[in-house]
Amino acid sequence: MLTHLINGLQLGSIYALVALGYNMVYGIIKLLNFAHGDVIMVGGYIALFALTFGLNPVISALLTVIGCTLLAIIIEKLAYTPLRFAPRLSLLITAIGVSILLQNLAQLFFRAGGRPFPSQLLLPTGSFSLGGVSLAYTSVITILASIVSMILLAVLVKSTKLGKAMRAVSEDQGAAQLMGINVNSIITFTFALGAALAGIGALLYAVRFPLIGPTIGAMLGLKAFVAAVCGGIGSIPGAMLGGYIIGLLEMFIVAAGLSRWVDAVVFLVLICVLMVRPTGFMGRNLMEKV
Amino acid sequence: MRPGDPRAPFIPDRDYDKSPVMQCVGLGIDFGGLTAVDDFNISVGPTEICGLIGPNGAGKTTVFNLLTKVYQPSRGTILINGKDTARLNTIAANKLGLARTFQNIRLFQNMTVLENVLVGLHNEMNYGLTKAIFRLPGYWRAEKIAKERARELLSIFDMEDTANYKAGSLPYGSQRRLEIVRALATNPVILLLDEPAAGMNPAETEELMENIQKINKTFQIAILLIEHDMKLVMGICEGIAALNYGRVIAKGTPAEIQSNPKVIEAYLGTGGGKPDA
Amino acid sequence: MKPFTLPMPARYGINTALLIIFLIVGNAVTQSGMLGRAQNSLIIQIGFFIILAVSLNLMTGYLGQLPLGHAGFMAVGGYAGALFWRAQILPDGASIVVGLLLAGVTAAFVGFLIGIPALRLRGDYLAIITLGFGEIIRVVLNNIDWLTYGARGLQSIPRHSSFTVVYICVIFTCAAIHMLMKSRHGRAILSIRDNEIAAESCGVNTTYYKVMAFAVSAFFAGIAGALYAGNQGILVPANFDFMTSINILMIVVLGGLGSMMGSVIAASILTFLPFVLQPLNEYRMIIYSLLLIIVMIFKPSGLMGNYDFSLSRIIEKVVRRIQKAKGASADETR
Repeated sequence: MLTHLINGLQLGSIYALVALGYNMVYGIIKLLNFAHGDVIMVGGYIALFALTFGLNPVISALLTVIGCTLLAIIIEKLAYTPLRFAPRLSLLITAIGVSILLQNLAQLFFRAGGRPFPSQLLLPTGSFSLGGVSLAYTSVITILASIVSMILLAVLVKSTKLGKAMRAVSEDQGAAQLMGINVNSIITFTFALGAALAGIGALLYAVRFPLIGPTIGAMLGLKAFVAAVCGGIGSIPGAMLGGYIIGLLEMFIVAAGLSRWVDAVVFLVLICVLMVRPTGFMGRNLMEKV
Repeated sequence: MRPGDPRAPFIPDRDYDKSPVMQCVGLGIDFGGLTAVDDFNISVGPTEICGLIGPNGAGKTTVFNLLTKVYQPSRGTILINGKDTARLNTIAANKLGLARTFQNIRLFQNMTVLENVLVGLHNEMNYGLTKAIFRLPGYWRAEKIAKERARELLSIFDMEDTANYKAGSLPYGSQRRLEIVRALATNPVILLLDEPAAGMNPAETEELMENIQKINKTFQIAILLIEHDMKLVMGICEGIAALNYGRVIAKGTPAEIQSNPKVIEAYLGTGGGKPDA
Repeated sequence: MKPFTLPMPARYGINTALLIIFLIVGNAVTQSGMLGRAQNSLIIQIGFFIILAVSLNLMTGYLGQLPLGHAGFMAVGGYAGALFWRAQILPDGASIVVGLLLAGVTAAFVGFLIGIPALRLRGDYLAIITLGFGEIIRVVLNNIDWLTYGARGLQSIPRHSSFTVVYICVIFTCAAIHMLMKSRHGRAILSIRDNEIAAESCGVNTTYYKVMAFAVSAFFAGIAGALYAGNQGILVPANFDFMTSINILMIVVLGGLGSMMGSVIAASILTFLPFVLQPLNEYRMIIYSLLLIIVMIFKPSGLMGNYDFSLSRIIEKVVRRIQKAKGASADETR
């Protein structure tokens, strides 16, 4: 039971980290960034190659985070910036296009099948015992790493000048611009920040499911988005809450022997949550001005 | 009737035999902790032209949004032709006879002018899906009548010639007029106009004034309008309510409003200068 | 002189005549054995992709919403139709018609159920809910072995998707959606796309029309699913995954949001191209996705925009030009 709980929290931590990326981008330009999951997939490959190349785990991790960040910035500049003032539908379709492009490029370069990820090179394997419960190092490190990342993010958004600018842009782009905030660079920064978290998410995901393939990002991204929506788009604690709920839910469904139904149940939960609380657990109600 | 009575009409010596088409009693709404409109009481007679004035941010458009149920009021009652609109939505309010235009124009930009008016006539036609898909006689009949009616309505503003243009391609003034036509097409008992003269030059405003009066006469409907152009408001409104900080500060005839010290203060502040128009 | 216009019966007459000629020619070609099995199958595929694209266009192009679970409706219809056909309780002709209707109605019903919660929410949530729904359908179909044989696939489905059947379905779909869009119901749908708040203020019941459009769209997707089943002879849940929905969306976007002709042309080309460009198949999705991004950036309305082809309009134009030329020459001789 407790093992499932820890496993669920581990999975939930990964979802929460990825969900934050969705959350921030949605909060700032109202875009459901379909390509976010695929950035994680690319991150997985970077980590895989860095580690098999024999690089130091810390350097590999840094490379992954930097790689994801750069990729997100490139995507934002090339595909999303030209559509800043286009209808939302166009932006959404573009994001889907980017997602499919990344998946198929990965498939072209790295072939369709999954490659085993040498997680033992990144994190210590094994487990320790605490109060009679055996805990895997990887689980504990995953949970701690994600919590630390989220606290740092919360501090950044709440108490720094940059964070204040981000909140201002998400509230009203026009007004923020008039206040002398460089809206374009704030949006790019938001993408970069989300992608950096995705990079960490990629490492933790690869440790948890050590098989990297071109489509790993799609499902992970979707589940994380479900977590973001359930928790409440635009809210950092919401993303955490949503991530842990989905992670725990999945683990318990698997524990109940219904693993074949996991995806269906996750989406069913999403539909139910949205029917009861259209803005998620901790989301704010946005009203259109008439 | 005491002056504070909610049923107090705009014009004190109006014909009381006719019951008002629209009546608001104690209408109010809060956004979060902020009270945007409070204790709003007016009543509009069946063929009255009334005005709602007030400085920017006084809550005039919010009143319109309350009346048309874009926002649900926090308190108070709205009666349309004596029917309570509590718990009704925008669509039902429209069916009861409330039609409106918008401050920031909301046309169906990618549809033609004629189609815009036909959307207004949506509920006037009543053929179902089957009649539409198989083009049964009922479809042809209803479409023919509706198109004739639409052109007739467009002719109020001499817009028949633009019937096949995209609504978004019309000049600004025509877009405002088209919004009025579209609202009229829904066959309202009261028409709410949100700054109909915004962006129009004096000649156009003059023409608009005549047209509003013409609409009022030919369709025998009440009109409630928000406007900053005092010449228009004072020229055609029989009754005016002045709003400030979400509350009615004065009601009366144009002459009474113009000389009301509270209104003057609201517009001029304690300093001086011209009312912002 | 009044500009020349074709009278209404003439327009209908010309279009019907053309459609019948095309049916006879197409039928003759597919029956004659001139084409191989693969080519015949390709023509059928173009047919149901046209239906899928035109029906998705109703949601995306006309209503302005982005559902990502079109393959889910296709699956529902496909399984409903296939199961009915396999049961063989009616003679062939009646079985085809009833099976197709059953496929459509089942899909429409599911669309109705999913539409009520999904359409109460704003655009992007609809995308994610329908996407989730598509996944749910797939998982369910994979797991109810007693009915669908799960991942092994539902086999030996009667091959009912002949050219005539598919062709009639395509024409029926296009005609029905065209007629719908040229009615008060269609205008209501368009008005929601352009400005939802204004539509409500005109008394348009926006929720009703969103759910209705969704159900109609699902209905035709269901029919396409049955046609797919009748062409393949086997149904596997994996065929109805997210990528299938995206393929349909690509057709709609590239063809032009709100252009039926665009959907028809794009469906034909995008189905035909992979067939002739076999060697490029590895790069196909890369090219498509790049195209999708480029089109969105440079021509967001799609290749055809919202232009719609009208034969009558072209005839009218030609006749007017001839009349003008005649009038001019008459002036000269005077």
